[in-house]
Amino acid sequence: MLEPRCFDEMTLADGAIRPVYGKIASWLAATPAGLLAARRAQAELLFRRIGITFAVYGEGEMDGAERLIPFDIIPRMMLRSEWTLLEAGLEQRVKALNLFLADIYGAQEILKAGRIPAGLVARNAEFRPEMVGWRVPHDIYVHIAGIDVVRTGEDDFYVLEDNLRTPSGVSYMLENREVMIRVAPDLFAEHRVAPIENYPDALLAALRSLAPPAAGGEPTIVVLTPGRFNSAYYEHSFLADKLGVELVEGGDLLVDDDVVYMRTTEGAKRVDVIYRRIDDGFLDPRAFNRESIIGVAGLMGAYQAGNVTVSNAVGTGIADDKAIYTYVPEFIEFYLGETAVLNNVPTWRCREPGALRYVQEHLADLVVKEVNGSGGYGMLVGPHASKAEREVFAAKLARDPDNFIAQPTLALSTTPTFFDAGIAPRHVDLRPFVLTGANGIRVVPGGLTRVALKEKSLVVNSSQGGGTKDTWIVEDSIFDESPAPQSQNQSQSTS
Amino acid sequence: MLSRTADNLYWLARYVERADFLARIIKAAQRLATLPASYSGTGTEWESALESSGAAQGFRATRGTPEEASVVDYLTFAPDNPSSICNCIKFARANGRAVRTALTAEMWEAINGAWIELGRFEAGNNGCSRYDREALSHFFEFVQKTSLDYDGSVDRTMLRNDAYWFSRVGLYIERADNTARILDVKYHVLLPQNETVGGSLDYFQWTAILRAVSSLTAYHWVYRESVKPWLIADLLILKKEMPRSLIACYGNIVHFLDAIGDAYGRAGASQRQAHEVMARLANATTDEIFKTGLHEFITAFVEDNDRLGQTINGQYLLH
Repeated sequence: MLEPRCFDEMTLADGAIRPVYGKIASWLAATPAGLLAARRAQAELLFRRIGITFAVYGEGEMDGAERLIPFDIIPRMMLRSEWTLLEAGLEQRVKALNLFLADIYGAQEILKAGRIPAGLVARNAEFRPEMVGWRVPHDIYVHIAGIDVVRTGEDDFYVLEDNLRTPSGVSYMLENREVMIRVAPDLFAEHRVAPIENYPDALLAALRSLAPPAAGGEPTIVVLTPGRFNSAYYEHSFLADKLGVELVEGGDLLVDDDVVYMRTTEGAKRVDVIYRRIDDGFLDPRAFNRESIIGVAGLMGAYQAGNVTVSNAVGTGIADDKAIYTYVPEFIEFYLGETAVLNNVPTWRCREPGALRYVQEHLADLVVKEVNGSGGYGMLVGPHASKAEREVFAAKLARDPDNFIAQPTLALSTTPTFFDAGIAPRHVDLRPFVLTGANGIRVVPGGLTRVALKEKSLVVNSSQGGGTKDTWIVEDSIFDESPAPQSQNQSQSTS
Repeated sequence: MLSRTADNLYWLARYVERADFLARIIKAAQRLATLPASYSGTGTEWESALESSGAAQGFRATRGTPEEASVVDYLTFAPDNPSSICNCIKFARANGRAVRTALTAEMWEAINGAWIELGRFEAGNNGCSRYDREALSHFFEFVQKTSLDYDGSVDRTMLRNDAYWFSRVGLYIERADNTARILDVKYHVLLPQNETVGGSLDYFQWTAILRAVSSLTAYHWVYRESVKPWLIADLLILKKEMPRSLIACYGNIVHFLDAIGDAYGRAGASQRQAHEVMARLANATTDEIFKTGLHEFITAFVEDNDRLGQTINGQYLLH
């Protein structure tokens, strides 16, 4: 079967190299495959030594289950002008999502206006009734967002999904950069890439800005992890380290009289802001899942007493649901009175009878996703599925149409990716990280590029064998080539 | 700092030290085992190795008679021995991984690098059906180098704050325990010449003890005479210059516990107990120790050291 040609970010259909990849193309042409392989091996060794690993759910826990996420040494390139557009769209989107959350847990104007079906909220498993009628600090719910963006053409960007609970991957974004600087120093220097290393500082500033007033000038911030067997444990420890704050587990915290403390060698110490990497349901066995052994009993009480800030706020999951996703452009219009800068992928809501019929008739052409699925699980990629797989999925869909959405199989852009057999185009997406504090919105330029390493695969999730790349945002002007400035050496004159 | 972090650092240090000690014990026993029967005295070096490493009970319950190959396997690679060298390194790394943020990059690389390397040794061991002395000697080199790497990285890169002090307290509590254990197992060969107990006293037994605590050369520097058993006891218990002696370990334990107490603005039961043990060691003489009984002295010390470990646990690590 002939696949329609996808947009390749380096090479156009006529063979021309897009200018932003000019230096990359020459670098690839000039570097023998053996040397690229050696650089990749060097990069892998660095990752292994730093211990950047992730665990795959369902495999053994103690040994051997720590894997490296494959890293591709060919950076993914983007012009500053393209990024500026993305950045504006991301800020707008996150602003609207925060307004939506404040509304949904507050006055519910959007429901009263009939702009979204009430049942979509009230019957949503991620809706937290505990949060209704209670205002979070500065009315900001989502402090850290990971918005997945895909590209299909020169000017065509789409938001694929919003991750508003505990989005992960930022440590890979930061470490990928450090490794690239080490394995391709010349290439990096030539490009004057926009720096991302200030992400931890920006995150810290955002978290500090959200501390309860009682914390005073020096709030105590902690990162709350489910523990070292969690697949993203490396990232949790990485962030705590870069932020210069304690990495705590549920057992390290206790709540007394609605105040959260951590257990230290000097006794109990008050905690003001908790950057939690634990899902809502496990945060507090008293309020949510009683079986949770990774949470902190009484945390919700302290939170609602205003004595501690939980980041992201409890209940943000309602806004990154795949059914809610389809309404985000309407949120932007409703709350901001603006048109969305970044489009959604066209989506059929299977809850709507007409859409359901269309999806059922075109199952072989569509990607069907479970509303609450994540990590690439619970989805059907129609064109790549067998007839039997489609039939199983069709039955699930018929049983519970509300639980599904469908999208066309997007011709995701490809970027050159290095393999032992040579360089080949592979599909990519991009997860930029958007920070929101009382001090405003920040997006560090770029994000985590995820690449589907299997040929023709569209699934980029690391839990499904995807890899990552460093993402380079470069100034448009760098290609109006001026000779490199003279290096400013120390003068050698002797007196 | 978090109590859990202090706990992990403390145990990380202990496991690294223990792995190193096990490697030395086995090497010393191997040397004894290669001697002609008429030199090696009792011929029970593998039982001694098990006793000194605290693994005798576990071994007896799951293995048969102690023989070189089975004992060495039990102490090195056996997954079912919680204190095998492999498990010590794995536990050390698991503790380190749990507190990544409290380790410097160098400490993490030392312990994580060792864990990765360990995987290769394990694979090699699993693929080998016979008792391979050469492979083992590489393995022991690796283990000893791991402790040097780790210890050096702690010394050279850690901030001198409570994290460092807890790590050091762990190291010295473990080391004191190890030295005391080997004295306890071998006390009968260390008695003064006229008090023979349990059979032939043997030069090679004595030097094996010194080797196990890497002090053979140190002995000569300190005493400038041939190896005498009572001087070995003196060296390993009362010589401050000897880094593995009980008194040197307690000098450090007192020092680091006091640093913690000062920084926190209050001392407690662990500082008090450490000072008591230290005072007892400082006032002791070899003559007195032999008069009241070497065995009794060591047994009491091991108990005190254990008790101090529990007190530190209660005061700082389990909040």
